[in-house]
Amino acid sequence: MRLSELWEYRELLFFFVWRDIKVRYKQTVLGAAWAVLQPLAATFVFTIFFGKLAGLSAHTNGPYSLHVFAALIPWTFFANAVTQSANSLVGSSHLISKVYFPRLLVPVAPVVAGLVDFAVAFVALLLLMPVFGVTPGWRLIAVPALLGGTIVASTGVGILFSAVTVTYRDFRFVMSFLMQLWLFASPVAYALNTTIPATWQMAYAVNPMVGMIAGFNAALLGEAFPLRLIAVSLASAVALLVIGVNYFVRVERRFADVI
Amino acid sequence: MSSSAIAIRDLGKRYTIGVGRSSGLMRDSLAAWLRAPLRRRRRDSSHGSGREFWALRNVTLDVARGDIIGIVGPNGAGKSTLLKILSRITPPTEGVIDIHGRVSSLLEVGTGFHPELTGRENVFLNGAILGMTRQEIRTKFDAIVAFAELERFIDTPVRHYSSGMFVRLAFSVAAHLDPEILIVDEVLSVGDLQFRHRCLGHMQGLRDEGRTVLFVSHDLTAIRQLCTRAAMLHGGRVVDEGTPDDVTRRYEVESRDPTAATGGSATRLQPLPDFHLERVELRNAAGVAAAAFDAGDVMEIHLWSSARAPANSYTVEFHLYNEDDRVISYGAANPVRSTYYNAEDRHYVCRLGPLPLTEGAYFFSFAIGVWNDHRWDRWDRAVSFRIERCDPFKTGHGITNAHDGDLVIPQDWRTAGS
Repeated sequence: MRLSELWEYRELLFFFVWRDIKVRYKQTVLGAAWAVLQPLAATFVFTIFFGKLAGLSAHTNGPYSLHVFAALIPWTFFANAVTQSANSLVGSSHLISKVYFPRLLVPVAPVVAGLVDFAVAFVALLLLMPVFGVTPGWRLIAVPALLGGTIVASTGVGILFSAVTVTYRDFRFVMSFLMQLWLFASPVAYALNTTIPATWQMAYAVNPMVGMIAGFNAALLGEAFPLRLIAVSLASAVALLVIGVNYFVRVERRFADVI
Repeated sequence: MSSSAIAIRDLGKRYTIGVGRSSGLMRDSLAAWLRAPLRRRRRDSSHGSGREFWALRNVTLDVARGDIIGIVGPNGAGKSTLLKILSRITPPTEGVIDIHGRVSSLLEVGTGFHPELTGRENVFLNGAILGMTRQEIRTKFDAIVAFAELERFIDTPVRHYSSGMFVRLAFSVAAHLDPEILIVDEVLSVGDLQFRHRCLGHMQGLRDEGRTVLFVSHDLTAIRQLCTRAAMLHGGRVVDEGTPDDVTRRYEVESRDPTAATGGSATRLQPLPDFHLERVELRNAAGVAAAAFDAGDVMEIHLWSSARAPANSYTVEFHLYNEDDRVISYGAANPVRSTYYNAEDRHYVCRLGPLPLTEGAYFFSFAIGVWNDHRWDRWDRAVSFRIERCDPFKTGHGITNAHDGDLVIPQDWRTAGS
């Protein structure tokens, strides 16, 4: 793969991102509100079913709803980015069969575009925290780094899935199921420390979203950072990116013939 | 620096279709993987069972700097595959391509246009997709909008555009590309007459600026007008290369299945009625099937119908067309002559000539039916032929339809009054 070529086409990436954002905000009546409503609604459901009925709220430090909402913000970004990225190549089949440009731009663009939704939701979270009597502290400075890790994970998985979706057209059915499992394999509905035994936590953190979500919770709710978990997850995210790009480059030459 | 802008050497592209190709379903691949031990034993026998076909093979072509080369060929000849390989959309299976210069390829106008975005936004998006920088688009923006004549609607979402407006804007963006080498597919065939005219004008401009253009089209007139050279693809190979006149003429003759055409090979009514024209054959005066004649020759047209006709007293008609698709002559069993066919007749012969035609290609369309009442079948462009030599008065000077019209009228020249 030629990095210089990707650099040459950076403006096209910008235009793809810009298009995705414009179109998304033009097509939904609710616009930016949707970026907040989605995790908010999920928080509501989780609070009722897992928090109250299943009693998981007893295991979290601080308000359960806030814990869930704080976790859902990176998770929603990850899930949307991966899903849209995975479907992006097939959705751009028309473009791919008519024009040349580095194909890698296609699955990367939705990840970047998702940052707008993330920003909106994140601001909403900051505004909501005082309602729960929690004040954001100095640990917030870790958020950009954690977001960076989440972007790496989303890009890696998104690129991998996008290429698999071209090769196997039925993969998208598997994928929606996979993303649901992935949600419950990540510490969103429950707290990490009180649910997962310490001996298993490192293995658990191979799921890159484990370290990132745990890190987000720590940064927002003022707990100590689970540094080793974050390190494992970050390494895993980088590995996924390498695997994803490698697989993508191996199959991309055939895209125009099979798409 | 080499003088050729595009050098293609032994280019080939193979596709695998049918059995042996992955179905593209994970379900099937998983199942195949689970059956792997069985499969492995059978591999030898099943190897190669996927039907391979070469969309292009052994294609060697040089396009010199400043050439406008037109590529013709029937559907499935490999024209699109060639364009896709040159545009880097798909990789070749074998062979080498050397391209010297900045390439823009235009396989369609309006690629990447998004209906929700405004005209202005789409100009930027489409420009970027075609390879322009943001700065470049900004500089040319006003010119693009003016060329498309869409100043008033530029901030309206494109989904509210008429198809004409859409095509104008899309073409206008493409026209402002600034490549050294331009690769163009059929784009000239879209849009209304005025738009087509504008496209042709633009292509002529490119020619005058000394750009290199590779141009695929079914529009032979456009190829003759614009191109400096032409090549004909058939079955994935370059079968002819030369001046646009020669190549397009040869293509015209060959694409109309010279001596015997059967139903379905040319433009037909769909679906064919039970009673229809089934076969046509042109024969020379000796009664031998032929596709080439000389001016002054007599031709026999033989036509066969598929079944017993639904009625008596019907006619068979022809229209004769020139290379520009204009009718130049008409003939009919009746009312031109008073021949009425009966229901059981199935083989019709017309003796035609001496042919007063100049050198070039011509083609026939046929119809069968009751004159002035209804037609059972029409067969457009059913068969073509060439006039190889037109020198009716044996002076050694051939008259061709490229300059001197389609007809040569018997004539005598003298001075008066002596």
